[in-house]
Amino acid sequence: MTDAAMADTLSLEVATPERELVRELVSDVQVPGKNGYMGILPGHAPLLGLLGIGTLTYVSVSDGKKRYISIHQGFLEVLEDHVRVLADVAERAEEIDVQRARAALQRAQEEGLNPALGVDPGAALLAMARAQARLEAAEQK
Amino acid sequence: MPSLIDIRRRIRSVKNTQQITKAMKMVSAAKLRRAQDRTIASRPYGALLRKVLGNVAAAIAGDEDAVENPLLARRDEKRILLVLITADKGLAGAFNTNLIKGAQRFQTERPGVEVKFVLIGRKGRDFFRKRAAIVAGEHVGLAAKLRHEDTAAIARQAMEMFRAEEIDAVYLIYNEFKSVATQTLTVARVLPAELPQQASPVDYIFEESPAEMLNELLPKYVEMEFYRALSESSASEHAARMTAMDAASSNAADMIERLTLYMNRVRQSSITKEIIEVVSGAAAAE
Repeated sequence: MTDAAMADTLSLEVATPERELVRELVSDVQVPGKNGYMGILPGHAPLLGLLGIGTLTYVSVSDGKKRYISIHQGFLEVLEDHVRVLADVAERAEEIDVQRARAALQRAQEEGLNPALGVDPGAALLAMARAQARLEAAEQK
Repeated sequence: MPSLIDIRRRIRSVKNTQQITKAMKMVSAAKLRRAQDRTIASRPYGALLRKVLGNVAAAIAGDEDAVENPLLARRDEKRILLVLITADKGLAGAFNTNLIKGAQRFQTERPGVEVKFVLIGRKGRDFFRKRAAIVAGEHVGLAAKLRHEDTAAIARQAMEMFRAEEIDAVYLIYNEFKSVATQTLTVARVLPAELPQQASPVDYIFEESPAEMLNELLPKYVEMEFYRALSESSASEHAARMTAMDAASSNAADMIERLTLYMNRVRQSSITKEIIEVVSGAAAAE
């Protein structure tokens, strides 16, 4: 193993097409993968994976605090203690509008249950998962 | 010789125009700042995506399945989708004219090729709708509030057409932002996609198969290109309008100066004329 792989920190970068959310040193990252959550620690092997919908959690080195980011799809790369998360949509827990997320959840549930509204059940399910993920992230801040 | 009142009226009207152009310049400057910030904010994602795509490209170099991704398929360019990104509003100097001319040149340079248009922005739409052009899509009012999901939808439509082999290539034509003073007309091919080159392949653990990974990444790359082009174009638009309005304001200032000089001359000559009349009248009475 190289020296870099033995370091005890990871450099985490989280970006969406519209902006960069995080660029800092962290000691631990949990990522919502397509097939379930993954924990990434320093020294992780190179990895390429797809993201699902959920909450990304990381522990910042600077103050040792846990932070939460709600993530909707995208992908991640782990390479030489760099974790690069490229999400389609991402929001910090502090930024999430809880009321809006709740309203979206309710709307999605109604749309999912009532076929008369003419919404594709798959799309409704996805919207539901998104709203749920945002609420979960918001509650943890 | 025009009367003093006429000239004064003229000066007032030029002053009013100047006030408008000055205000428009200020507004454009503020909007330009925001557009530039947005362009800069989207860079990390673009850079990371290119890098990861390069790594994936290297990892799959020998993989037949992955290389045969439909978005990489090269065909003879017989039918092209041209995505023209113009502004919704005018008064931006040659901004829209250059784009429209560029699009027409693109067409005439390729005789025998069927060019379909996706028209983004009101100016391009209005121009090509009146001509006999094949229009595959129209999008107006996007730049006012640029969101990735909107541009991604346009990109997905283009990719759908490309996959279905309705078209053989997709080009973007837009103004790229170089500086406040220069915006360059850019014609860029986005499909078939080009994989970035990477020197040393990385031995990744692939959560999905490399082919599947590429399947997910390439559309994001194309979507990103669309978003980037639109955000560049919007920064260019505001820069062009700012420059045009600055020129208009200083032209108005020149005009006011000239008219004021002329007005004074007219006033002076009428006074002189009156004095001559008084003097010669007095001389005749003697």
